[in-house]
Amino acid sequence: MAQATFTYTDLAELEAPAIVAPRQGYWWSVQRRLRGDYITLFFLAIILLLVGVAIFAPLIAPFDPNKTSMIYRMKPIGFRQFWLGTDELGRDMLSRLIYGARLSLMMGLVPVVLATAIGGFFGVVAGFFGGWANTIIMRLTDIFYAFPSVLLAVAISGTMGGGIANGLLALTLVFIPPLCRVTEAATTQLRSRDFVEAARASGASGLSIIFFHMLRNILGPVLIYASSLISVSILLASGLSFLGLGVEPPTADWGLMLSTLRQSIYVQPLVCALPGAAIFIASLSFNLVSDGLRQAMDIKA
Amino acid sequence: MRAGRRAFSLGARRTQPRIVPPGDPRDRGGPAQPLLLVEKLRKYFPITGGVLNRKIGAVKAVDGVSFVVVKGETLGIVGESGCGKSTLARLLVGLIPSDSGSVVFDGDPVGGAHGISLRELRRNLQIVFQDSDASLNPRLPIEESIAYGPRVHGMARAEAKSTARDLLGRVGLRPELFAPRYPHEISGGQKQRVNIARALALSPRLLILDEAVSALDKSVEAQVLNLLRYLKTHFNLTYLFISHDLNVVSFIADRVMVMYLGQVVEIGPSDAIFDAPKHPYTRALLESRLTVDPRHRIEAPPLTGDPPNPIAPPSGCRFRTRCAFAEEICAEKVPGLGGWRDAAAHLAACHMTDRMSGHSRAGQALPPLPRAPKPIEAQIA
Repeated sequence: MAQATFTYTDLAELEAPAIVAPRQGYWWSVQRRLRGDYITLFFLAIILLLVGVAIFAPLIAPFDPNKTSMIYRMKPIGFRQFWLGTDELGRDMLSRLIYGARLSLMMGLVPVVLATAIGGFFGVVAGFFGGWANTIIMRLTDIFYAFPSVLLAVAISGTMGGGIANGLLALTLVFIPPLCRVTEAATTQLRSRDFVEAARASGASGLSIIFFHMLRNILGPVLIYASSLISVSILLASGLSFLGLGVEPPTADWGLMLSTLRQSIYVQPLVCALPGAAIFIASLSFNLVSDGLRQAMDIKA
Repeated sequence: MRAGRRAFSLGARRTQPRIVPPGDPRDRGGPAQPLLLVEKLRKYFPITGGVLNRKIGAVKAVDGVSFVVVKGETLGIVGESGCGKSTLARLLVGLIPSDSGSVVFDGDPVGGAHGISLRELRRNLQIVFQDSDASLNPRLPIEESIAYGPRVHGMARAEAKSTARDLLGRVGLRPELFAPRYPHEISGGQKQRVNIARALALSPRLLILDEAVSALDKSVEAQVLNLLRYLKTHFNLTYLFISHDLNVVSFIADRVMVMYLGQVVEIGPSDAIFDAPKHPYTRALLESRLTVDPRHRIEAPPLTGDPPNPIAPPSGCRFRTRCAFAEEICAEKVPGLGGWRDAAAHLAACHMTDRMSGHSRAGQALPPLPRAPKPIEAQIA
């Protein structure tokens, strides 16, 4: 026998060493990180409280929000049974704020959800197929981008007239371009990754790749961005109502309440500030929760 | 104990490619018919510019490449970065369309009226990329990534998953431990094993390994190379092994194809190429390998400068601008690579190998490189 020489490849094992960290999925690690983030949890609780209040408004509200009273007009906070006072027509502020939460949350959530669906669709199409589809879609969004969002919302609801439906539509249109752009950016970034190439090399169709590979990767960043738009939407909707372009009186809405109460600011400043405070708390909560989500989801563990 | 093995760099080479054992139901033309025949494949990437996005030039990434791949062999493809190795791989899998040329898979022309479709080809031909991390979907458990291919081709979900788990075992990852994991939870070597399993899930006959082990560290690289050798016999595979690491290629390849600026400059059996290269470029590549043997020291760098611009390559032989033996004929005439259909032949696209070319060294072997004047020990003493 000739002299035997071992090469290091002869000694290398076929089986990989199985030293691995304990199993954990992506969403598991997200919720683990969220659990330690008390600020986010606190504001998440406020949002849940607001949603609960909005859903169960008829059970919680002590009075009919539209019942006027000539005697009890502009009463201060804590006046008899009116815990938060009354407005310029003698309606109970607490009840109106509770009912107003319904509309404000709806104005915050519905346009964002709709715009995420529509803008997301166009963004994925533009990002995945590229070329002409991308050019057309992205240049169209650029046109919308050229206007400030407030101006755009005011212009759209101004031309279509007031009312809740038109307000929702205007807000949806305002949010489509930014969501489209975020989705497009995320999709384009993924499209050139090798796993998409590998999927194509295994004979998968574009549609299959989008649904199986792309969506689950795009969802995170798009949801984070969309959640940050909820507070913007609430503010914009309030602004529209304030200008008389959104909700029409006598419906209880925070923006509209702020608008009608502003004449009485020298009579009962605290009561007049209440709808503003409600808007502030709601939009702050959505913003901070969105921030917390971003931190919990962005880390690529 | 295995006797008679030489050291790693010369490795356990098989001079004869493994013959396909009879009985593979996928085999059609028998062992004599090449598994893959590529003829005059060409891909130019257009360069656009100006206000109207007009075409102002083209990068000649792959320019008239022809070769055959024998059933059961490992064909190594080597060359500098930018020589078109990866573009060639992507062309073969159909990830980018070719400009012209034909690909014949086991007798069936791809994409033609009488041949097989691209989709059918892809079931028989899979690719493993260099970046093991980017090749896996970060939001999918690895068994789902592996099971995706079979599911695309109509396999039921449960069956595809059990196939995936079986393959995980074959590539050395215990299924019960690894199947539900996400890519960020496993190491680079383990990821590349998963990628190999993913490529094998469609039970392909030809596997293209595009720098598949280049990014792994040496010990893991050796593990994966051994795994590849094991899988090759187990699944009756043929490899197209693309790499810039000549040591690895000499270890795993039966035949070697050398590319330069989008063209094949030399092709032949691994032993012949590594022992007696015919093309000056091949020899320069081989000399560029690092060595610890002082007797192999050379005085001048074997190859200087960068490859020429692939947008406007030199006329005639593309290597002539860096070649020590370049003469007039090299600028005038493009050296051919006739007889490429013969897999056993050792061919070089160089005028010096052609007796009739008119080159002053036509028909002669390459002269030996000037070695260091004295062994290093003598210099110290």
